[in-house]
Amino acid sequence: MNSIGLSLIDWLIVAVYFAFVLGVGYYLKRYTKSDDDFFLAGRKNSSWVAGLAFLSANMGALELLGMTGNTFKYGMYVAHFYWIGAIPAMLFLAVYMMPFYYSSKIKSVPGYLKLRFDEKTRVLNAISFAVMTLLVSGINLYAMALVMHTFLGWHWGVSMWASAITVAAYVTMSGLLSAIFTEIMQFFLIWFGLFLVVILGIVDIGSIHEIFARVPESFNTLWSTSADPTQNGMLVTWGGIVLGLGFVLSFGYWTTDFLVVQRAFSAKDLRSARMTPIIASFFKMALPFIVVIGGLIALVLSNDPQSGFHLLHDGGSVNYDSALPMLIARYYPTGLIGLGVTALLAGFMAGQAGNISAFNTVWTYDIYKSVIKKDASSEHLLWMGRVATIVGIIISVATAYWAKNMPTIMDYMQAIFSWVNAPLFATMLLGMFVKWITPSGAFWGLLIGMVSSFSMWLGVRTGWIAESAITMSNVASDMAANFWRAWWAWLICFGVTILVSIFTVKKPDSELVGLVKGLTEETETAKVKFYRKPEFYAIISAIVLIILNIIFW
Amino acid sequence: MATEPKQMRPIWHFVGLILLVIGGLVIISGIFNAISPPEELTILQEIHPDLWWGGLMVLVGLFFLWTNKNKTR
Repeated sequence: MNSIGLSLIDWLIVAVYFAFVLGVGYYLKRYTKSDDDFFLAGRKNSSWVAGLAFLSANMGALELLGMTGNTFKYGMYVAHFYWIGAIPAMLFLAVYMMPFYYSSKIKSVPGYLKLRFDEKTRVLNAISFAVMTLLVSGINLYAMALVMHTFLGWHWGVSMWASAITVAAYVTMSGLLSAIFTEIMQFFLIWFGLFLVVILGIVDIGSIHEIFARVPESFNTLWSTSADPTQNGMLVTWGGIVLGLGFVLSFGYWTTDFLVVQRAFSAKDLRSARMTPIIASFFKMALPFIVVIGGLIALVLSNDPQSGFHLLHDGGSVNYDSALPMLIARYYPTGLIGLGVTALLAGFMAGQAGNISAFNTVWTYDIYKSVIKKDASSEHLLWMGRVATIVGIIISVATAYWAKNMPTIMDYMQAIFSWVNAPLFATMLLGMFVKWITPSGAFWGLLIGMVSSFSMWLGVRTGWIAESAITMSNVASDMAANFWRAWWAWLICFGVTILVSIFTVKKPDSELVGLVKGLTEETETAKVKFYRKPEFYAIISAIVLIILNIIFW
Repeated sequence: MATEPKQMRPIWHFVGLILLVIGGLVIISGIFNAISPPEELTILQEIHPDLWWGGLMVLVGLFFLWTNKNKTR
């Protein structure tokens, strides 16, 4: 199925993009001399650089395509992923958690677990994170190849290998430094490549009010239909949204997933590190103006027989992910098509580079140096980081081939996050804010939390557990089940951690200074003017979030 | 003895460069499309989105290059 054809100038634009990312990787190689340069980009980035990279690492093309398609399917509820499902967690990370992360000079999130608790908790988290990251990286790689094959007719193996080798080349040359540089270029390409679709869609339909007027009420509101799950397309209640998505899944991802938090660690000082997620929060809130409005434009057009617009079908069922590519095909002439395809490729590769740079850091510091070679020098770690990058890419490609033979694995992406991140957030929260939580409590809470989340998922899949027992509703989508499973996994980890901590030996206060609230000196003084404080910008971000929710209530 | 590399260019320099080059290519394509329109026109092609969007990319690219011309990371 070849829906979008590329001309010579479109190919030239794609080639320019590949040449740029490889060229930047080569240029930065001469500045990558130590393990700190490779794994933490030298810790010299401004808050704007770290902030845009923080968002770009999360802004994969699969998400852009999937969320536009989900809007077509579920309506405005998708905006919850960008607003309540992201912003409170990002602000909490900036205001409360970043001082502990940044001031302890750790190189990774598992590194914090080692300082706060012990080696076994660190290794447990490092191994689960490494496995999750490579699994997600491989599935993303396969998904990218599938998208390029479906919409452009490209051979799936060629597009997969081309992007995997490119990412491997520039990350191997200069690690996080080149990953961050290319992520920021990709950030601009994604906005320039995809926002025009929405502008042209609004011009085509008439106005943004016209778009909202032409979709059902259950599709153009955020909360007003959330009391009864049968009244909204996502089949979820406000409780599932707030507890599962807004609290556990969101906080679990944004505050503990090293893929994004690593970008803040690369900031030049604590204030810049705290400003990183706050700056990212404003751009995160703006993304629905591409994906949600884009999805609604596709819905309005496909409901209008005069428009000639329709989504693709795969074996009789609608391919919702085709919404954004079909809009590109409708509005973009030659040249702009190349820009749109480059934006999608950039989104895929930004996510891929983010996964690999997080994996090589966790592998090198939290598994290799922690367990295998404790006396490794800086030069040796730099070498190991490069080896881990290449091995990580090879495992990702192998996973992609596995996913090709088992395509249902793609349905489990959200579930994978709820196995690892949801319980980890309980461990982190208790670790940072309750000083009597013990190493044994953290280890067993985390282990039982992860096992319970996986067991609930497996139990429902095999029919051993009724889904209604988890979702507390007789009607629920897979997405609603993910929200609720994450909530229960978090609660189990939270409870077990407290229970085991009551009966086991706690660490002395002297070992917890700088790691736990109450034992840590406030580093930012009251002398700083209010408009220089991260809290000021966090409040502005929270106010914008509230206004958006009221407008689209 | 190895010489010290020059000071690193800031990321904004590279952002400016890629927006300038790709924006320029989009404008060139837009000029071709305006002079010799393809047989099958896309929706709203009559307002020449390639010309003004490519132009915007070039302007933003020049802005980043200009404001970072003598800066290092």
